[in-house]
Amino acid sequence: MAKDLTLILILALPLIGFVINGTIGKKLPKVLVGGLATSVVFVAFLLALTLFNGLNGVQIVRLFEILNYDQITINASFQIDALSVWMTLIITGIGSLIHLFSMGYMSHDPGYHKFFTYLNLFIFSMLLLVLGSNYFVLFFGWEGVGMCSYLLIGFHYNDLQKGKANSLAARKAFIMNRIGDAGLLLGLFMLLGQFGTLEFQKIGTALIANPALQGGAMLLITLCLFIAATGKSAQIPLFTWLPDAMAGPTPVSALIHAATMVTAGIYLTVRSNFLFELAPFTKEIILYIGLATTLVAAFMALRQNDIKKVLAYSTVSQLGLMFVALGFGAYTVALFHVTTHAFFKALLFLGSGSVIHGMHEEQDIRKMGGLAKLMPITHFTFLIGTMAIAGIPFLSGFYSKDEILAQALHHNPAVYAILVVAVTMTAIYMFRLYFLTFHGAFRGGDALRAKVHESGLSMTLPIIVLAFLSVFGGLLNLPGLFFHGAAHWFDHYLSAGTFGLSEVHNAHLDFNTSIGLMIFASIIALGVLFWALRNYAKKGALAKADDQMSAWETLSAKKLYIDEIYDLLFVQPLLKMSAFISNVFDIQILRNGVYALANGVVNTAAQTRKWQNGLLSSYLFWMVLGIILFVSYYILKISVWH
Amino acid sequence: MQAANSIGTSLDFFLFVAFALFTIGAIGAMTRKNMIVLLMCIELMLNAVNLLLVTFSTYYGSGDAQIFVFFTMVVAAAEATVGLSIIIMAYRNLKSIDIDMFNQLKN
Repeated sequence: MAKDLTLILILALPLIGFVINGTIGKKLPKVLVGGLATSVVFVAFLLALTLFNGLNGVQIVRLFEILNYDQITINASFQIDALSVWMTLIITGIGSLIHLFSMGYMSHDPGYHKFFTYLNLFIFSMLLLVLGSNYFVLFFGWEGVGMCSYLLIGFHYNDLQKGKANSLAARKAFIMNRIGDAGLLLGLFMLLGQFGTLEFQKIGTALIANPALQGGAMLLITLCLFIAATGKSAQIPLFTWLPDAMAGPTPVSALIHAATMVTAGIYLTVRSNFLFELAPFTKEIILYIGLATTLVAAFMALRQNDIKKVLAYSTVSQLGLMFVALGFGAYTVALFHVTTHAFFKALLFLGSGSVIHGMHEEQDIRKMGGLAKLMPITHFTFLIGTMAIAGIPFLSGFYSKDEILAQALHHNPAVYAILVVAVTMTAIYMFRLYFLTFHGAFRGGDALRAKVHESGLSMTLPIIVLAFLSVFGGLLNLPGLFFHGAAHWFDHYLSAGTFGLSEVHNAHLDFNTSIGLMIFASIIALGVLFWALRNYAKKGALAKADDQMSAWETLSAKKLYIDEIYDLLFVQPLLKMSAFISNVFDIQILRNGVYALANGVVNTAAQTRKWQNGLLSSYLFWMVLGIILFVSYYILKISVWH
Repeated sequence: MQAANSIGTSLDFFLFVAFALFTIGAIGAMTRKNMIVLLMCIELMLNAVNLLLVTFSTYYGSGDAQIFVFFTMVVAAAEATVGLSIIIMAYRNLKSIDIDMFNQLKN
């Protein structure tokens, strides 16, 4: 099959699923709805595999013209290259697994068809985002995924207890993303002004041909793009929406808020590498923002008691790690971590979904414990995910994290030291989560214990597949010191087939340092594992009650009061300003102004109405007076003339 | 202006009479409330205009305006007929010929 046809099919399939489920899904049986939604994404994945197989340089597929005005042409065109195909594989691959999982997870939900409609729309938008060959199509997808994220976070908006909180969380995500999107729009306008085009390749070649374009403009553009990335990828200062976004159903958290959408910011940066390479200052900012985010989010995750909140902060922290890699210009390293993170974080979220489903919607780990025996498959896969993210040797997370640490050590040892702290915290909160959930005594009461059950096949199968990927994902990009021939496959794949990346080279450490680094990382991960085993598993330690916590624990549990600070700094002033404007402008000026106008008309009418008194003599009087005035005026005028 | 015929310099006299007639008519129409007097006042004003027409017609030695006067007199007669019948109808309805009572159209 021709490549362009394959590409169009990949895009069209989720759209077809969306249209069918969105129009007649309500009348179809659930198996058909879920089956259709899952299979369109899966077929898209298979098609993406054929694209991946036949990948040969960069190919642009132009569908139609969107805009043609005064030398500016914007096309709906798509790009087949290493980066876009890789992202497509992640999106459709993990997407289809999560669709399959949702068939089990959402089986009792009255909004079943609606859920799959949104999921398909999300996949379509996300594919637009990564496949577009210009910033306009990217922006279209960018907004699409933001909207789907909003719809899915607030999916249970009419829930009796949590409905309001869900809607508020959705609104928060939407508004936070709007701030980032404003940055993206500004960046796009500036790009259009500078280059007269939004095509990635044309901008890239123009930059190479004309180095004079570098400088201040590049700095502004890249900063704007980075603001967009902080919004979508939940970095400081726009990260607070992601933990709240956990209000959505768990498959949504896995797909949108862990594996795919939140990596859009990283994709944008990697895609725009030719811009960022010309703006060293922006890269510095990316580095420090990423560093701060990874540290702060890891700290917040230490004392969260909601199973999904821990994972959410972990996601923010891992995204920060990826931005650190981007800050060093190690684009392939960041994307490698995107990939492995998609594997193990989707696994962890689906595992937590399985736990929540089995626990009948209970999310508080203080009420869990001892689930290892009750949910063996979930337990085992969750353990794998935990070990992968904690960086236990030879699992996927170990390799991808080690790459980032190596870059940090090479460029800036201080950054490396901070990253080690963050990585250690990652291991601590993940093992705390794992042990509190699956070991010790069950704390949810006997009534609940009797009802806890392992999830069905449609939920365990995706988890098992993801567990395999989490274990072996590291093979994609083995470090050079062990396997000379097969090493760095992913780096080569990406840099060879993606525009701009062939000029960027990752730092490579010498043999001894690399080995030392790996051993050090392994010691940390294993040390934390044993420490957590003693502290959380053996004693069956409970998470403390709020009033027993020490100062730092309270800080972590309260998320450093960031939400409260934002409320004080932005929300309250905005509300006050709105109240002020409403009082002064709306009520005092507009309303009273309109009233005054109306009263004026009424009063004038009341006065003039007195002339119409129905007395013929007075009419006559005015008429004659008028005639006299007219005539005398003209007489005067004539006599003055002469 | 050169006088063209026998009226000569006494034109002012005719104009004055016409103006006085018209003013009496106008003031009467404005101030009196009796409908019959009102009608008479209107006739007075019409005749003032007729007088003017005739005066100028003679002054310029042209008969055109005098034809107009006949028309005016015919129309005035018709108008008086209609006006008087309205007054009679008003009297039958209101038992009055006070013009100020004649304001039922207002609301």
